[in-house]
Amino acid sequence: MFGKLSWDAIPFHDPIPLFTSLVVILALAALAIWVWRKGWWPYLWHQYITSTDHKKIGIMYIVLGLLMLVRGFSDAIMMRLQQSMAIGASQGYLPPEHYNQIFSAHGTIMIFFVAMPLVIGFMNFVVPLQLGVRDVAFPTMNNVSFWLTASGALLINVSLFVGEFARTGWLAYPPLSELRFSPGVGVDYYLVALQISGVGTILTAVNFVTTILKIRAPGMSYMRMPVFCWTSLASNLLILAAFPVLTVTLGLLMLDRYLGFHFFTNDGGGNSMLYMNLIWVWGHPEVYILILPAFGIYSEVAATFSGKPLFGYRSMVFATLAICIISFCVWLHHFFTMGAGADVNAVFGIASMIIAIPTGVKIFNWLFTMYGGRVRFSVPMHYLIGFMLTFVIGGLTGVLLAIPPVDFVVHNTLFLIAHFHQVIIGGVVFAIMAGYTYWFPKAFGFTLDERLGKAVFWCWFIGFHLAFMPLYVLGFWGGTRRLQHISDPSWAPWLHVALLGAVIIGVGIVLTVVQLLYSIRTRDQRRDVTGDPWDGRTLEWLTLSPPPHYNFAVLPDVHGEEAYWTRKQTAIKQVALIEEPDYQPIEMPVDTPTGVICAFFTSLCGFAVIWHIWWLAILGLIGAFAVLVWYAWRDEHEHLIPVGEVRKNARERRRIRMEHLHELSQST
Amino acid sequence: MTNEAATIGLTHGGSEDTGLGHRGPESKSIVVPYGFWLFVLSDMVLFSALFATYATLVLATDGGPTTNQLFDRNLVAIETIALLVSSFTCGLAIIAARRSNMVWAQAWLLVTGLLGAVFLSIELYEFAIMIGEGAGPQRSAFLSSFFTLVGCHGAHVTAGLLWIGTMMAQVWAKGFQPHIMRRLLCLSVFWHALDIIWVAIFTIVYLIGTLP
Repeated sequence: MFGKLSWDAIPFHDPIPLFTSLVVILALAALAIWVWRKGWWPYLWHQYITSTDHKKIGIMYIVLGLLMLVRGFSDAIMMRLQQSMAIGASQGYLPPEHYNQIFSAHGTIMIFFVAMPLVIGFMNFVVPLQLGVRDVAFPTMNNVSFWLTASGALLINVSLFVGEFARTGWLAYPPLSELRFSPGVGVDYYLVALQISGVGTILTAVNFVTTILKIRAPGMSYMRMPVFCWTSLASNLLILAAFPVLTVTLGLLMLDRYLGFHFFTNDGGGNSMLYMNLIWVWGHPEVYILILPAFGIYSEVAATFSGKPLFGYRSMVFATLAICIISFCVWLHHFFTMGAGADVNAVFGIASMIIAIPTGVKIFNWLFTMYGGRVRFSVPMHYLIGFMLTFVIGGLTGVLLAIPPVDFVVHNTLFLIAHFHQVIIGGVVFAIMAGYTYWFPKAFGFTLDERLGKAVFWCWFIGFHLAFMPLYVLGFWGGTRRLQHISDPSWAPWLHVALLGAVIIGVGIVLTVVQLLYSIRTRDQRRDVTGDPWDGRTLEWLTLSPPPHYNFAVLPDVHGEEAYWTRKQTAIKQVALIEEPDYQPIEMPVDTPTGVICAFFTSLCGFAVIWHIWWLAILGLIGAFAVLVWYAWRDEHEHLIPVGEVRKNARERRRIRMEHLHELSQST
Repeated sequence: MTNEAATIGLTHGGSEDTGLGHRGPESKSIVVPYGFWLFVLSDMVLFSALFATYATLVLATDGGPTTNQLFDRNLVAIETIALLVSSFTCGLAIIAARRSNMVWAQAWLLVTGLLGAVFLSIELYEFAIMIGEGAGPQRSAFLSSFFTLVGCHGAHVTAGLLWIGTMMAQVWAKGFQPHIMRRLLCLSVFWHALDIIWVAIFTIVYLIGTLP
């Protein structure tokens, strides 16, 4: 009846997961009751959970990513603590089977449920606004994508309380991940959760490529798109081409585990090297899927806070697309040591080094954007500069790793760990924090506290370097990754410094929460009245903060690059807005619970597959299909926003903008 | 402004369909099939990974049966003809739907579905025989990859059949409204794409596999 599921699955004898999951469950229950007491459930249901508004969906993605960041960071600090305790005679506080789950969960969660949702969240929130349109191409599918991602995140977290997680590392290499060596449900949690969220990611890519190529404001030709839209396009093209390979790879491993196939097994002619190739054909583009939108955020920040157009816009676009293509030609550098031979290694080593060229172009573009500009050192600019310093070092250690003979020395050592954390934290996380500060006022109508924001930045910056620079040293000394126990006592000081770094990053995360709460309390002093708090250059700053559901009362006409900047300068010069247009009623897609119900059934199905509860799995599938058919049968596709409401909002915006213009003209 | 453009929710106005989107958002009749094409392309990538897997493992027979001992060209020929003809009838169904001819549209959709079912039955028959001979997917890495590649195509055909059935019901209930027509178009793109993949399977798996 319940497959492999029994009371043994609950970790009664394991205090850490038991205690953590009880606390999480109680916290969630308390939160649900609190929201219910406040009477906010209908608001949440209508405004967020069932919303097809790209801005709301973007915010949900970002909330999901930040919550999962806390989970992934808890794993990180547990690992650092264990490594700085379990030296020499001491065994630390985590037994190996638990420690192995923690590093596997840390990697999986940080990439799939922190970095991906955050990056996709920013794309959701920003891209339609920057393109000057009202929503993405497929608003309902967008909602479904989000809930599928959330469903995957849910399953990963359920593994903490029911059963176990994989002990195989974040990419679950066979033969270790095969049934013979990992008979528990841990790997199944990993596989099913990633399959479900992977479907959501592919749908997102379909949505955004279509949106960027087909749905733009009039006059917004390709070479007038903001760089963030270009990098989002490149990133989504990569998703479209890479994620199906992940689906196949994980699918084949599932067939091995569930039905006794022989793709990657040691017997039956299986070939585990095939898995390494397939997973990295996805895995290498994946890092560019994350970093390209981050580059886009930096580009927006550089131009805005330097008060100058982005230097070398065209070279930025070409560099982005070059990275997009070359990223598919380098996957083998992840396993130089696995015997492909010198010639093959050389080809992939050179290809990996070539990627540094377009990336270098970008770094120089940002530097030259700042050069001669009127640079404002607010929080996003801090992250940009911190990123350039950090990422260049991370990139150089990457080039070092791309040289096969060097790679043979430091392969799978802490040197590698330091390298990829340097490019992911210094690249992606800094961009996320910059974007969070930069677009927060657009989303909620008030800015975040600047002083606390800078404190958060310094925590991340100093904490990161303290946490990872020691790992380079240990890597050179031959320290392998994923050690549960360290036998050489001379490593202790370095590991203690690394722990200190992690703690400082932890302080930064706590301060982020403090900053949010403090900013909400004092929001009246920091209202973004004009909708353009940073003197922006792209179209999202044209509309109010927060924007109305339909973003723009009339789609803006784009003339030239930097659509909003040109328009703003003309208005300032003439102390007049453009002529009031003829407002029309606006049709917007209706909200729908399809996504959340579909994801509910998918989660059921996923859980059932993990535990071999086949009747429930079939029920879940039927349920999900029924919801989609029910949705397809709807008759009302759009609802009409009456022209009166559109006109009223638009006139209010014009009045505010006129006031602002007069203030500007008096001050100059 | 066409009626089509007026019903688009994201935009007001709609463009003159240059297809490049620089005159403003495209109409739904361009956006929806475009998005679906992208999905089909990602599906092709999925199959390309399966083809690569098959090519890697085709000789890993682990002492078990090889391609030459297993495949029967005649059976596959019938299968192929059924699927290719179903693509043709699918095209006829779209033509009938464009002319708002309910009877013929339903009839051709039905024929398409039946031919798809014939294809699927032959495939399952082939699978059953192979498994009966002890050449199931658990036998060797080669057979694992064969069953997965061909089976994944079969699963797509099954999904297509489910979709055809759903569309027949929808066309019946809702008539040839613009959004129903767009869905029919997507269905036909999907069905033709399965044909393309089958041609590749036919060549790489069956033809090359039965070379003397």
